Amino acid sequence: MAQNIAASRLQGTGAHALDLEGVGRQFGALSALSGINMRIAAGERRAVLGSNGAGKTTLFNTITGDFYPTSGRIRFFGEEITTLAAHERIRRGLRRTYQISQLFTNLTVRESVYLACRGVSRRRFSLFRPSPSDGAMAQAESIVHAVHMDDDADTLVGTLSHGQQRQLEIGLALAGAPRFILFDEPAAGLSPTERRDLIAILNALPHHIGYIIIEHDLDVALRVSEYVSMMHNGTVFTEGTPDEIENDPAVQQIYLGGGHG
Amino acid sequence: MTDLASAGRNTSLPARSWLERIGTGHILLAVFLLIYPLMASDFFLTQIGGYSLVLGMIALSLMLLAGYGGMVSLAQITVAGAAGYTVAIFGENNSGIYGFGWPWWLYAPFAILLASLMSALIGWIAVRTEGIYTIMITLAVATACFYFAQQNYALFNGFPGYNGLRAPEAFGVYWRDPVPYYYLCLATATIAYAAVLYAARSTFGLSLQAIRDNPRRMRAIGFDVTAHKVFAWWLAGLIAGAAGVLLVWFNGRISPGTISVGPAINILVIAIIGGLRHPIGPFLGAVVVVMMQTFAIDIVGAERFNTLIGLVFLAIVFVSPDGILGLWERFKPRTGGEDWSSFVKGRSDKTKT
Repeated sequence: MAQNIAASRLQGTGAHALDLEGVGRQFGALSALSGINMRIAAGERRAVLGSNGAGKTTLFNTITGDFYPTSGRIRFFGEEITTLAAHERIRRGLRRTYQISQLFTNLTVRESVYLACRGVSRRRFSLFRPSPSDGAMAQAESIVHAVHMDDDADTLVGTLSHGQQRQLEIGLALAGAPRFILFDEPAAGLSPTERRDLIAILNALPHHIGYIIIEHDLDVALRVSEYVSMMHNGTVFTEGTPDEIENDPAVQQIYLGGGHG
Repeated sequence: MTDLASAGRNTSLPARSWLERIGTGHILLAVFLLIYPLMASDFFLTQIGGYSLVLGMIALSLMLLAGYGGMVSLAQITVAGAAGYTVAIFGENNSGIYGFGWPWWLYAPFAILLASLMSALIGWIAVRTEGIYTIMITLAVATACFYFAQQNYALFNGFPGYNGLRAPEAFGVYWRDPVPYYYLCLATATIAYAAVLYAARSTFGLSLQAIRDNPRRMRAIGFDVTAHKVFAWWLAGLIAGAAGVLLVWFNGRISPGTISVGPAINILVIAIIGGLRHPIGPFLGAVVVVMMQTFAIDIVGAERFNTLIGLVFLAIVFVSPDGILGLWERFKPRTGGEDWSSFVKGRSDKTKT
């Protein structure tokens, strides 16, 4: 069913949001990623599962340009971005969050989100203070609201709780006009309440925004995705709908640690 | 680096009158500085007042880079020196080479522009590095420029450099006379100080501080980190360049000694003694260092005055890593509006958790 939804979206746009062809990444002798082939339609919501060291975050880093792949090609909405600078990919509508929050600890929440909105528009070098009527500032206000942080808008990021920092991570990824977002374990370390909040935020995203979510918590992952890729030792070893994956004995063996139990 | 990382905090202000916005601290300071010539001798006006403002501006350019951008530079005096040499070559001098005789309104802006471009070039080289390596590479640049100026006679006139540089006579005033020179320095320093204070909360100011906090995330929200850092160097070069022009008008000469390693480190000492958390810090540091350099000789003799400066530096840094700003924060009076004192307070209160 979910595959059909994804397929119909694909026909609408004519190109995949993300198209990975034989992507690999070596760190010296270590092969962190090898031969990754992945096609994700525009608007598709995909979960990537896998044990620690499976290569999930490395995959994200090659897609966003935090570092380049050592082999293969990456296309974003049909355009080759394999060796494009990170900030250029962002300006094309790609966004990400980080597994360990990467925030501006000495700015306020509002200033951080404002910068994220400004980063994909003009006048980034402006020496004038942003006025409240500024387009990017207005957008920042609505994003602060969307990630449920109105009360903390003027709080210094460094003083936020862990859960709030995770929310802000998502807020930064929503700035501008994202077309595709990579969420790297957004639920890590969250309380059950905060998890419910997170799921609500993800499900409330506009339908044209697709994403990949890395998530250790199967419950969360299966509730916010339509399709699942399982990674192991730097490769994708199986893909399927949440139901298929949940009932796949091989997945249970590897992912749920059957071998160690 | 925590003291670097805390520069530039200011609460976002609701609409208030401009008087409230400036703050009582600033108004009192402005009144004092404006009437200072009434009580000060010529010596205190130029050798202490004017000279402190000039060195404060050069240190301010360092504070901009270090406090907001996390880039500690030892090449700020080199940038000021570039402006100084430009004045000597394109203006008039008594050294018998060059001295194209441009009018001041042409050579002064040209010198500032050239210095800022040189600053951007140094920055472009330095931004490939971080932390201690930025200090080392800027020290290398400063040292190379010093030796080049000292050994090159064709352009820099080598060891003696240029002398006989006269401040302009314009609008019926000779601008090296004590009172005009003091007010000229005060006006320039005020513009630089206010511009830095304002721009710290501008789009670019915020982005520079965000780059200091987390460059990786800045790339991940669409910013070209290298370009932003180089732009910060260019802006710092404008301030250091303006100070460089004032410096040669003050000294009447420029030689390699002006841009040697000693003065380069002196600027860093000024900025650290004053504090890197707020643009007022470099000026406080400059006053302290200039006073010490002037009067330490009377206290401990000509051979030992640097020892005294070093000991005071150690004492201040030991008691307060944030320099005089940090001391003020500890012992300040418990009143005051939304000026730099309450800013420092609000800042540290918020970060204590």
